[in-house]
Amino acid sequence: MARYFTKDHEWLDVDGDTATVGITSYAQEQLGDIVFVETPEAGKSVSQGDDAAVVESVKAASDVYAPASGTVSEGNAALADDPALVNTDPEGEGWFFKMTLSDAGQVSAMMDEAAYKDYVAGL
Amino acid sequence: MRYLPLTPDDRSEMLAKIGAASIDDLFIDVPEAARLTGPIRDLPDHASELSVERHFKSLSAQNTVAGDVPFFLGAGAYRHHVPASVDHLIQRGEFLTAYTPYQPEIAQGTLQMLFEFQSQVARLFGCDVANASMYDGSTACWEAVSMAARVTKKRKAILSSGLHPHYVSVTRTMAKFTRDQIVHRDPTLAAATDIDDLIDAVDDETSCVVVQYPDILGRIGDLSKLAKAVHAKGALLVAVVTEPVALGAITSPGEMGADIVVGEGQSIGVGLQFGGPYVGLFACQAKFVRQMPGRLCGETVDATGKRGFVLTLSTREQHIRREKATSNICTNSGLCALAFSIHMTLLGERGLRELAALNHALACQAADRLAQLPGVELINDSFFNEFTLRLPKEARPVVQALAERDVLGGVSLGRLYADNADLQNGLIVAVTETTTAEDIEALASALKEALA
Amino acid sequence: MSGINASGWKPEMARIEGDAPTTSTGNRALMLEEPLIFEIGSSNTTGVDFADAPTHTSRLGGLERTAEMGIPGLSEAETVRHYTRLSRQNYAIDLGLFPLGSCTMKHNPRLNEKIARMPGFADIHPLQPQDTVQGALGVIDQLAHWLITLTGMTSVAMSPKAGAHGELCGILCIKAALDARGEDRPVVLVPESAHGTNPATAAFAGYKVENIPATPEGRVDLAALKARLGPDIAAVMITNPNTCGLFEPEMKAISDAVHAVGGFVYCDGANFNAIVGRVRPGDLGVDAMHINLHKTFSTPHGGGGPGSGPVVLSEALAPFAPLPFVHRDGGAWRLVEEENVGEDLPHSFGRMTAFHGQMGMFTRALAYIMSHGTDGLKQVAEDAVLNANYVLRSLEDVLDAPFGGSGPCMHEALFSDKGFAEGFTTLDLAKGLIDEGYHPMTMYFPLVVHGAMLIEPTETESKAALDQFIAAMRHVAGQAKAGDEALKGAPYYAPRRRLDETLAARKPILAWAEPAVASGSGNYEKPGGG
Repeated sequence: MARYFTKDHEWLDVDGDTATVGITSYAQEQLGDIVFVETPEAGKSVSQGDDAAVVESVKAASDVYAPASGTVSEGNAALADDPALVNTDPEGEGWFFKMTLSDAGQVSAMMDEAAYKDYVAGL
Repeated sequence: MRYLPLTPDDRSEMLAKIGAASIDDLFIDVPEAARLTGPIRDLPDHASELSVERHFKSLSAQNTVAGDVPFFLGAGAYRHHVPASVDHLIQRGEFLTAYTPYQPEIAQGTLQMLFEFQSQVARLFGCDVANASMYDGSTACWEAVSMAARVTKKRKAILSSGLHPHYVSVTRTMAKFTRDQIVHRDPTLAAATDIDDLIDAVDDETSCVVVQYPDILGRIGDLSKLAKAVHAKGALLVAVVTEPVALGAITSPGEMGADIVVGEGQSIGVGLQFGGPYVGLFACQAKFVRQMPGRLCGETVDATGKRGFVLTLSTREQHIRREKATSNICTNSGLCALAFSIHMTLLGERGLRELAALNHALACQAADRLAQLPGVELINDSFFNEFTLRLPKEARPVVQALAERDVLGGVSLGRLYADNADLQNGLIVAVTETTTAEDIEALASALKEALA
Repeated sequence: MSGINASGWKPEMARIEGDAPTTSTGNRALMLEEPLIFEIGSSNTTGVDFADAPTHTSRLGGLERTAEMGIPGLSEAETVRHYTRLSRQNYAIDLGLFPLGSCTMKHNPRLNEKIARMPGFADIHPLQPQDTVQGALGVIDQLAHWLITLTGMTSVAMSPKAGAHGELCGILCIKAALDARGEDRPVVLVPESAHGTNPATAAFAGYKVENIPATPEGRVDLAALKARLGPDIAAVMITNPNTCGLFEPEMKAISDAVHAVGGFVYCDGANFNAIVGRVRPGDLGVDAMHINLHKTFSTPHGGGGPGSGPVVLSEALAPFAPLPFVHRDGGAWRLVEEENVGEDLPHSFGRMTAFHGQMGMFTRALAYIMSHGTDGLKQVAEDAVLNANYVLRSLEDVLDAPFGGSGPCMHEALFSDKGFAEGFTTLDLAKGLIDEGYHPMTMYFPLVVHGAMLIEPTETESKAALDQFIAAMRHVAGQAKAGDEALKGAPYYAPRRRLDETLAARKPILAWAEPAVASGSGNYEKPGGG
């Protein structure tokens, strides 16, 4: 299993052709207290860059894009009752959805942890 | 000019501080060609209170005041007695001259009132939640259709033939631009509502069925079966209430399974005012709350743990979500919502039930009296405070003839459905607690003459 | 003589120091806590007396209400007290300067309230025979006349219920006009600085919204706009004066460019107050503009409405205006509705609301226009602009004015949070301003300026009132720049301290519910007095 990052501040844990997707700790800090997360339904097929989820703070709503193409297999039901998980454990319990990748090659263009760290430092 | 406090000396001093030689220097961004120099065409200079008041008195005198004559108009706007304290309270400057409560620490009065209003409306309609108001019943109706499309991801709305024709017209207009499909036909002059037809019509493509309760002809239909049929097809039941006083006497749409209940709140606390401002009521079941349009007030705590109220779930709204908002509504009907809420607090459930009972009783008396007139037939088996008569001739000229006898005798269906020949003899008559036995007699005898 | 001063205070007494003690009720003298009607009322209490209903047989279709609704009632005495107490927890124009930018919180003349309540306007039904409401139709027609005259346009749609409803009306007129030309243009251009209603409205009408770039001086970038114009552009929505408080000097050139490619120009008229009587949007090539009667023409905001948003239209859009409207035929006014629209306006796009618009706002706005007259309305624009520039120049040495260098502002002055101490925000300054006795300015809007503070004093403030406000602003700006920690806790003296908006959104409580445990559970202190 390997972890990848996107310039839109999402992370993916990739294991074969399945991936778990969430937003990074940096992203949740920028958003502030998360009050609502809308995750995609299982079975939804998405192309890289499509709107896949919505994350809301009190005064802002942001779309979360599909970091890669594929089919959603599960949304994180726990976020419905406890959206604060995105703040407390963004890169763990606060994951957004799992998906089956249709083009595993897309992942190779993404950053690893070190590269993402440098990317954030340069913002 | 009495409203402008700056004196000529103030203005000179301020221009000096700004570093401008004249007021025109502050308008330098306006291109020369666009600057108006002369007077505004035909508009005289400022006028005294007295002279402005005189102008309006003379215009006001050209209208027949509902309260001065026997009055029987309804069809979406109802004349009820509003207790004197309502208008007194809404004119308190702290309510009248406040803005939308964007700074909650100094707007708790408006916010608590909105929380109470939302709670009253939700209970009245039999729903979990209500918003802080819409413009009026007709726009709330369209917003409900639009919301149902968001919830169901389907775009075909079936409108009951008993829905107010102006509400139908608003919905059709909006749907033309959003490309939603609207199914609707005119009502027929029969005792039964079209609920069975609606049950037959709902299909898998349907986003919602919109039914008015009581309907435009005053008829009351049981919505329970309809709700089941609509839900079986994955659609939502939208109920429209144009006369909320009725719900003091009859079961609410929410209690019968409606998903969204909208209405016109004018009846309670807000006068007739020739059609506006009114107050749109919008309620739904809790699971749909994030798809609701308009402002919502919610309970929370302040930094010291005291209960307080704020506008919440704002990410649905235009100022945050912009082109992805659930609606573009911003300003709503705050002060009319306050009037509604104060009147409802004065009534309480007991008062509302008494008011509703009185309305219904007087309407029954009027219906019986008018149905005795030769050639006049009462269409309704069921009604609350409004019913439809079939006259032996076209109703519209009859209404005109009644007005010439200083009786405002109802709304002709010809006014509402001008191009439907089958409805031209229909007359909608509304009766409220403001109607006296003498008024009913006056209508009966004037109608008899007009029909003779 | 002794005993005259019954208060017990004597000049030789020392100044009393220290925190005020807490009170047993939670009240603080005139600052009174007030429970909810659900906590003090009951379903069996009423404040209205009715005659007994005559006996009758119920004809309610078998749907008689049986279940209790749980709507509490209060006596009239308690009702008056409840709402009077609530009212005192609100800030209002009647209490003080209310500098909310782009909201135009000016004095609301009470004559207009009196006129709106004349029975001939307040107690008439929208469906009365038209002979019986000639005076009311006359009010609509007279107001329409002045709105057309003041804007230099061809016609006006009176029925829209508020500004956003008016925007929708204007955009639907544009869409109808394009449909009539057989053109399907998918894009509406909107500046980033626009009110949120603009993109929301365009999106509702099915348009794709694209941003118009701005110049560093806070204006529309004409060259960039021209580069984007083409046959796919349905309309450009521009606020003028814009939301940075600046007049768009190139407005006519913008309009000409948009017209040259067959598009339409929508103007958001929220800021018309700055130019009323001095500039006519019709002369700038505008095709449609809504007028917020509750802003420029001072109908009361009422804590969030009702508003009214008539839309003035150019010759090109006038044929598509919505129903109903008023025509004058010979000596009489008549309504044009669905049934007779064919003769007058066959291309009308339809109806936007059940009846004829906000009559109660029309009477007030017409009274406002007549009261001010030609000289007064011009003075309105001049004083509004003068007051805003006075504020701008009196604060720009303590607050960053991002566009202050590019010349005078119109009716509102814009500042940013540049120069605040680390960790201090526009919100902190605003909350400090509350303690100083003012409603804060518009915050964080427009989005193009960091930590934006948009101040619109309006023309109904005296110089003395402005000077006091400026002194208060200078004080809180100083606190924000110095990093005064006290500001973080503000407001201290409002009916409530800062409220937890995160909790409200995470666990929404949108309606009253009986507490699960009868006495005093819940996460708040129960207000006293209940």
